[in-house]
Amino acid sequence: MHTLTLAGISAGIKARRFSSVEVTQHFLGRIERLNPALNAFITVTADQALAQAAAADQAVAAGKGGPLTGVPIAHKDIFCTDGVLTTCASKMLSNFVSPYDATVVRKLKEAGVVMLGKTNMDEFAMGSSNETSWYGPVKNPWDLSRVPGGSSGGSAAAVAARIAPAATGTDTGGSIRQPAALTALTGIKPTYGRVSRYGMIAYASSLDQGGVLTLNAEDAALLLGAMSGFDERDSTSVDLAVPDYTATLNQPLKGVKVGILKEFFGKGLEATTESLVRDALEVYERLGATLVEVSLPNLPLSVPTYYVVAPAECSSNLSRFDGVRFGYSCAEPKDLLDLYTRSRGEGFGAEVKRRIMTGTYVLSAGYYDAYYIKAQKVRQLISDDFKRAFAQVDLLVGPTAPTTAFELGAKVDDPITMYLNDIYTIGANLAGLPAMSIPCGFVEGLPVGLQLIGPHFAEAKLLNAAHQYQQQTEWHTRIPAGYA
Amino acid sequence: MSLTRDDVLDIARLARLAITPAEMPGLSDSLPKILTFVEQLSAAQTADVEPMAHPLDGQSQRLRSDTVSETDAHELYQQNAARVEASLYLVPKVIE
Repeated sequence: MHTLTLAGISAGIKARRFSSVEVTQHFLGRIERLNPALNAFITVTADQALAQAAAADQAVAAGKGGPLTGVPIAHKDIFCTDGVLTTCASKMLSNFVSPYDATVVRKLKEAGVVMLGKTNMDEFAMGSSNETSWYGPVKNPWDLSRVPGGSSGGSAAAVAARIAPAATGTDTGGSIRQPAALTALTGIKPTYGRVSRYGMIAYASSLDQGGVLTLNAEDAALLLGAMSGFDERDSTSVDLAVPDYTATLNQPLKGVKVGILKEFFGKGLEATTESLVRDALEVYERLGATLVEVSLPNLPLSVPTYYVVAPAECSSNLSRFDGVRFGYSCAEPKDLLDLYTRSRGEGFGAEVKRRIMTGTYVLSAGYYDAYYIKAQKVRQLISDDFKRAFAQVDLLVGPTAPTTAFELGAKVDDPITMYLNDIYTIGANLAGLPAMSIPCGFVEGLPVGLQLIGPHFAEAKLLNAAHQYQQQTEWHTRIPAGYA
Repeated sequence: MSLTRDDVLDIARLARLAITPAEMPGLSDSLPKILTFVEQLSAAQTADVEPMAHPLDGQSQRLRSDTVSETDAHELYQQNAARVEASLYLVPKVIE
């Protein structure tokens, strides 16, 4: 039962082969048994899940079920969940019981989705290995001595280990796509503004976007469709109808122009990864797509641009944590400043503090123009590069990550090396573009991801291209040893 | 690019972060590395470029009418606060 896709679970519930309660119990049992070695969950909401599942079974019995009714998933612990601990993997929020649901959570609840629990992540989504979590690192089910990627590492590990059939994630610089690549999953980050950020704890608001990690493109289409759409509670939410992403999955790719991103095949890319990505390009050619090489000359500046813009926004967003209204508060503050500084100093982890301080510096008087304004100008250049590319091609394709999953602890002491994990993913965030990662092979038993990037609001085309590839390949069906 | 101990403490003060002596070496080492890394941006030609204001072209911040949309739920919200008395958040005395 745990190897079924969301679509498979949904069909099984509808055909009464099993109930939502049975599926939910099955996954809760697997979480109990397998999660301790993975550390993929921070909170498991068993009672609530079973109650939601029972309600879903009643709805299905009354003929009122939709395509996601009774299907269990996990939420990244960055999404606020009413009455449930919402920690963002930080000591700062280790006591925070959210008084409301994020829009994503509410929409999926309304669609009848059952929540199994909240997944582990890098603290405040700041990290590429899930090692900055206050709740400890997550292990990659493909090799427990390796990282699952981050920041949505708990979501990735949970789905890859089949202890949850799908999970939500968020992507500020690659936090859905990179873990999806490192765990052989399908992950999509939609266009900026497509999914509401209301109740999604903010890291860098001009880059943050919610999305999903699933077993295949069809599931991603189902789940993303249910959580997308306009929300008046998010001022950057876009008021544009959401197409049925499942309706166009089977469109042929004949005549589709696929751009090969020249800058993504330079130094730093492991040869074994490159070879698998090139194999995937051949599959697209066989499917009728035309391959064109395109160059985005400013793209190599995306990582330094990101490490000005994101810390700047983070230093501003995280100023809300003051030890007064919610979150960690230090013991016996001697004055107001002591309350602020000690609550923040004791409540935030090392990487979060590093980014807050980087952001504070680049926004400070005398440095603002040289760093922040400069970065926003380069960001415009990168965005213009993408625009020119999409005048020529329908999709851009390249690797998702430069290497396969690395060993736990291998990069924790060197922030720059860690930041360069996101060298291929950050560009899409800076330009607000939809992008996804799909499995395209294995190197010594470790998964490799293929990245697809589309123009604004081209989620349907991305999912279509991913689905067509998955009809020709079986990489996405592989299960790590011990989890089948 | 290098930062003195006082520079690091000054950034921490602006960021309202208490830094322990044990954290100093890590920050004094990594912050200058990050700032040096991002300095490669200065090579980009941006003379005629407007700084990007929004990831989507032509989007401006939406306005809404100034009407009450929330109900009073302070008791619920204050359950997450460390120190509350008579529906008020308590902080250390500011005025002697």
